[in-house]
Amino acid sequence: MEEKIQFKLNGKQTSVTVDSERMLLWVLRTDLGLTGTKYGCGQSQCGACTVLVNNEAVRSCMTPVSEVRGKDVVTIEGLAVNATLHPLQKAFMESDALQCGYCTPGMIMNAYAVLRKNPRASPADILLEMEDNLCRCGAHTRIIQAIQNAAVEMRGGS
Amino acid sequence: MKENLKFEPPELTADLRISRREFVKTTGSGIFLFFTIGELPFLQQEVEGRRASPGLPSDFNAFLKIGEGGRVSCYTGKIEMGQGPITSLAQELADELDVSLDAVDMVMGDTDLCPWDMGTFGSMTTRLFGPALRTAGAQARQVLLELASENLKIPVSNLTIENGVVFDKTSSQHRVSYGQLTQGKKIERHLTQPAVTKKPSEFKVMGKPTLRSDARAKVTGSAKYAGDIQLPGMVFAKLLRPPAHGAKLLDVDLSEAKKVQGVQIIQQGDFIAALHKYPDVAEIALSKIKAKFDKPQSGINDSTIFDHLLKVAPEGRIVAQGGNLQEGERAAAAIVGETYFDGYKSHAPIEPHTAVVKIEGNKATVWASTQTPFGAKDEVAKELGFPPENVRVITPFVGGGFGGKSRNLQVVEAARCAKLSGKPVQVAWSRREEFFFDSFRPAAIVKIRSGMTSGGKIAFWDYHVYFAGERGSQLFYDVPHHSTVAHNSSWVGDPGSHPFATGPWRAPGNNTNTFARECHIDTMAAKSGIDPVGFRLRNLTDAKMKRVLQAAADKFGWKPAKAPSGRGYGVACGIDAGTYVAAIAEVDVDRITGQVKTKRVVCAQDMGLVINPEGATIQMEGCITMGLGYSLREDIRFKDGEILDVNFDTYEIPRFSWLPKIETVILDSKDDPSQGGGEPAIVVMGAVVGNAVYDAVGARLHQMPMSPERIKEALNRG
Ligand code: FES
Ligand code: FES
Repeated sequence: MEEKIQFKLNGKQTSVTVDSERMLLWVLRTDLGLTGTKYGCGQSQCGACTVLVNNEAVRSCMTPVSEVRGKDVVTIEGLAVNATLHPLQKAFMESDALQCGYCTPGMIMNAYAVLRKNPRASPADILLEMEDNLCRCGAHTRIIQAIQNAAVEMRGGS
Repeated sequence: MKENLKFEPPELTADLRISRREFVKTTGSGIFLFFTIGELPFLQQEVEGRRASPGLPSDFNAFLKIGEGGRVSCYTGKIEMGQGPITSLAQELADELDVSLDAVDMVMGDTDLCPWDMGTFGSMTTRLFGPALRTAGAQARQVLLELASENLKIPVSNLTIENGVVFDKTSSQHRVSYGQLTQGKKIERHLTQPAVTKKPSEFKVMGKPTLRSDARAKVTGSAKYAGDIQLPGMVFAKLLRPPAHGAKLLDVDLSEAKKVQGVQIIQQGDFIAALHKYPDVAEIALSKIKAKFDKPQSGINDSTIFDHLLKVAPEGRIVAQGGNLQEGERAAAAIVGETYFDGYKSHAPIEPHTAVVKIEGNKATVWASTQTPFGAKDEVAKELGFPPENVRVITPFVGGGFGGKSRNLQVVEAARCAKLSGKPVQVAWSRREEFFFDSFRPAAIVKIRSGMTSGGKIAFWDYHVYFAGERGSQLFYDVPHHSTVAHNSSWVGDPGSHPFATGPWRAPGNNTNTFARECHIDTMAAKSGIDPVGFRLRNLTDAKMKRVLQAAADKFGWKPAKAPSGRGYGVACGIDAGTYVAAIAEVDVDRITGQVKTKRVVCAQDMGLVINPEGATIQMEGCITMGLGYSLREDIRFKDGEILDVNFDTYEIPRFSWLPKIETVILDSKDDPSQGGGEPAIVVMGAVVGNAVYDAVGARLHQMPMSPERIKEALNRG
């Protein structure tokens, strides 16, 4: 059944008329043209499709679009403010925390949710929270480093 | 940071089949330097016609251009899949041409703009491309110096260059920029004689840690991968798949699928696809297709496969031989005979195989997630019945390849769908399809019989490898009597051997060969009662390998002890793509659960001149992390052609919690030619873990992956 679904997308009111059972990932990528959010497994196994819904990290490949009605959705494209990168994005660049870069948007969005909840997350906490985001290139060491560096910057250097 | 990868030339849809003259014209004025990487791959006229890019002559396979404004562009058929050439190649050019890194653009993997290239694999980019590129850069610099000399009326010997500006050494106000020199000029040169490249002491950009130039695009989500290409009128195709390899379609009912609104079903024999403007709706339509298949009953599964392979193995081919094995046996005080096994592994890049094909008239444009864009071009041309010059393949960023994206099945599928539907089509494999159609790393067997003298020297070595191929099978230990035989020299088995496609997997063959060799060496060391590092050093005369092993041991803080020492330390050495590598690991083994925790991995590498130490370190870290997967968990389970692992829940790849502390050492060998860096460190991982497990608990594993079940079994065996 097609219905009109409204939500906030990267800070802007958005409305789509779609079958409400369709997954958010495909609506974002195809209907809305935001291709930064990636498909990796389609079954909540890899985290490549991670976006924020009301500041919680969710797997958009298994989130029906009906679930984001009236909510606040942020994708990788919405993280930088104007042209200023988010500290996480900067930290990923500076730590070289990526190779092919395909897992990167999901990694950054998941990390964003982690640090939002716990700005003082320890390396062990970060490791645990990132556990279900997969990277085949083996950028793990640097991803953890980048998230820690970003955490420091987000706390204002402390 | 700028993004210096250009996939999208001015007009994607423009007709780019142009003559060389026109090509040079449309790419503006400038200095063009054509050069050759390695050997020219095409010799016969016929092949040449087929493979050459339209409008580009075929007596070179890369070129660079110094254009108006002084920007430097490098055109190459190589692709960027995470391994970093987009940055390292630009570094090489920047140094040879005395420009800043920001002034270099890389144009990669576009078959209309770049000359023919075999593909991106085998760690060849830095080894073969680098030296050629540097020479071309040096020659272009010479041309620029001559132009500047004419322009400034100052002899070349008095000129120097900084940041793309040529000036008089004694009075720098006499100056002219590359941009001014190239303006309105068209100069074409072929690299004929070797030019003098810079010495390491003159490097400003090379050899310095440099961050990835594509990072900004990748952290903002703007980097385009094949699946991100969306064209007006494009539809997504979902193909009907057999439940097992070798299954035959008996009967199909498309009626329900056709009822899905907006769907188009195409059929040509067994080739059936649901097309829709949304991929998820195409998937729903596909699920409504009712199909009956005849499933084969081969009786071959992941536990019977090794017997099967040994049964069908071809006669061996001698890879290396020396001395006399019988004589060696007589000299041996003890003999060790073992067999090692390695199961099928998936490449499992997080980006599945994807392609977009658009056909206009008798021309096709393709965007593909591929390691072989020129191969894809030929395959699409064949599928469509077009002359190859009418097909253009553009390679956007590739989301990981590891050898698996050398085959272009999905590209051909997209071409076929585009032809049958009359629309631009995207084929993006699901994870299940990715696990089904992967060209797996082959299951393989290694049999070794060897002996050692009472003095702890290896007396003889009789080595047979089945189905892994010979890469990495060469023995670098000093053994007087030895023989190495490869049964089936390629990772693609003969028909009737593997139940599905197999192919190259990051450092193909070498992972299996190094696992077997280095576990076996350890067993010999243990039987001789000698410390495993000491045993290796005692049997090595290769100075480079000794140096690398010593470097790893020093960094680790190795204290000699015979295994099993209970410490959980393991060591392994290997050679891949010209690079020497040694690693030492520390593990913990839970005797109850059989779980292995890798606590620390130290890895030393001698890879000749290192262009980008940061990039090289990242590749080593990536290899170590990825290598834990095949060592400990990864194994494709299958039965009668059906692949039982279809997602990451059962096919486990390394995760954050697996992370050891990783320490890397790159030996300083600036004066030696660059060697491969994207693969070597992965080859030692199986053995280093296996040997550490043995050292921890005294259980020797002969099969990868060393899963908890297998470890428990080995412990129970005692
Ligand atoms: S695509 Fe959603 S978790 Fe993998
Ligand atoms: S960087 Fe390639 S999958 Fe993570």
